Amino acid sequence: MAAREGSRNRSPGFSRRAQYGLFLGYVATVAGAVVAGVILLVSTFDPRTFTSLRTVAAELTTPVASAASFISSNIRMIPNTVGDYFALKQRNEGLRKQIENDLALTQRARALNYENQRLKQLLNLQERSSSVVVAARLVSSSASSTRRYAMLNAGSRQGVGDGQPVRGPIGLIGRIVETGPNTARVLLLTDPESIVPVRRARDGVPAIIAGRGDGTLEVRSVNATNVEFQPGELLVTSGIGGIFFPNVPVARIISRSRDLATARPLSPPDTLDLALVEAAYLPIPDNDAKPR
Amino acid sequence: MARVRGPFDTALPPVAGWLIPVLSVMAGSLLTLIPWIASFPVLPPFGLLLLLGWRLGRPNALPIWSALPLGMFDDLFSGQPFGSAIFLWSVSALIIDLLEQRLVSRDFRQDWLLAAAAIAVCIIIGRLAAAPIEARVDIAIGLQIIVSIMLYPLTATLCAMLNRERTLV
Repeated sequence: MAAREGSRNRSPGFSRRAQYGLFLGYVATVAGAVVAGVILLVSTFDPRTFTSLRTVAAELTTPVASAASFISSNIRMIPNTVGDYFALKQRNEGLRKQIENDLALTQRARALNYENQRLKQLLNLQERSSSVVVAARLVSSSASSTRRYAMLNAGSRQGVGDGQPVRGPIGLIGRIVETGPNTARVLLLTDPESIVPVRRARDGVPAIIAGRGDGTLEVRSVNATNVEFQPGELLVTSGIGGIFFPNVPVARIISRSRDLATARPLSPPDTLDLALVEAAYLPIPDNDAKPR
Repeated sequence: MARVRGPFDTALPPVAGWLIPVLSVMAGSLLTLIPWIASFPVLPPFGLLLLLGWRLGRPNALPIWSALPLGMFDDLFSGQPFGSAIFLWSVSALIIDLLEQRLVSRDFRQDWLLAAAAIAVCIIIGRLAAAPIEARVDIAIGLQIIVSIMLYPLTATLCAMLNRERTLV
């Protein structure tokens, strides 16, 4: 006989079975809480401990998130499409004018590019070129958490691996931290534990970009000298550390300050856009390949 | 004619008895699957809100140890370090149970106060476990706590509605 709904189950009466059941429930909860505390400590110190559990869960649920993302992106595209249709003619004229204006600049850039290649050949410089592993979509994120993760709907079957950088159409988004067969977890730039080595696009002053957790980034100058950051300055990856390819745009400074500035990521990641997963710049060699 | 089950009716069928509360809390945890890339913590922890709604409003619907498996399910999808929801949810359930034994009268505002304390403690300790102290998430966390506390009456009402479905004869 079940207990009456809405009443407390705390006095189970004279039934020994009910008394033991209630008591065991409390014992199990207290013991479980203690074990969970230990698990929490372990996973705080080594976040990779329970990766496999999370990966299985993500494999099962990411198709749902992908479908939801597909539907919502199509709905959100409707107003844009209608607007595009009517603004098309005007935009066409504007673009044509812009092409004419940019023609001189393009010619100059082509000449510079040619010169650059010739100089590199003269120096016998080895260049690694970036290679896109897969283009996929970020389908959901850890919206309720203090950490900033996003789920990508491509995984190791598509060639995605831990540590690979992820970039959007405009700039860097983050890097892969956990990989399943068809899903991967991306650590976004804005995560409090994300760090990206960058340099100022204008003059190459080195800096480090760390996430703050509130959507902005902290830019720390690496130079000993006083570096003054101005609003609007562009920061690009420097390639130091071997994960991110050099010269990928990352962020723009939003406030003037010395040595420690605030920046905003160039591409706030969106489920509408494609995310490009690239091979790591200089992949870390396997442990087996280490010299003895 | 459907009516709410009274004390002299037969017991609840076991599946409907626990499946509805369990599935509702799991659905709350799964809300992180919405297609949206958040740049700061904004989504209230709906799994926790629903668990509190059941534990405070209908204490017999879910046994106290259910906070353990439900917390583990939430940890798989929340992005917080694994173990934080198992620990925080079960400890909240235990503390709420202890406090309720000492409380003489019951009303909704008192439940709301208990839920508010549990929500605030869970979010703050979760933040301390997940992110380094110098992370600037505190304003966002504060907003998240306020929004979650304001949403509690809504989730409690949802639990009550689901409970009505559950206990119809």
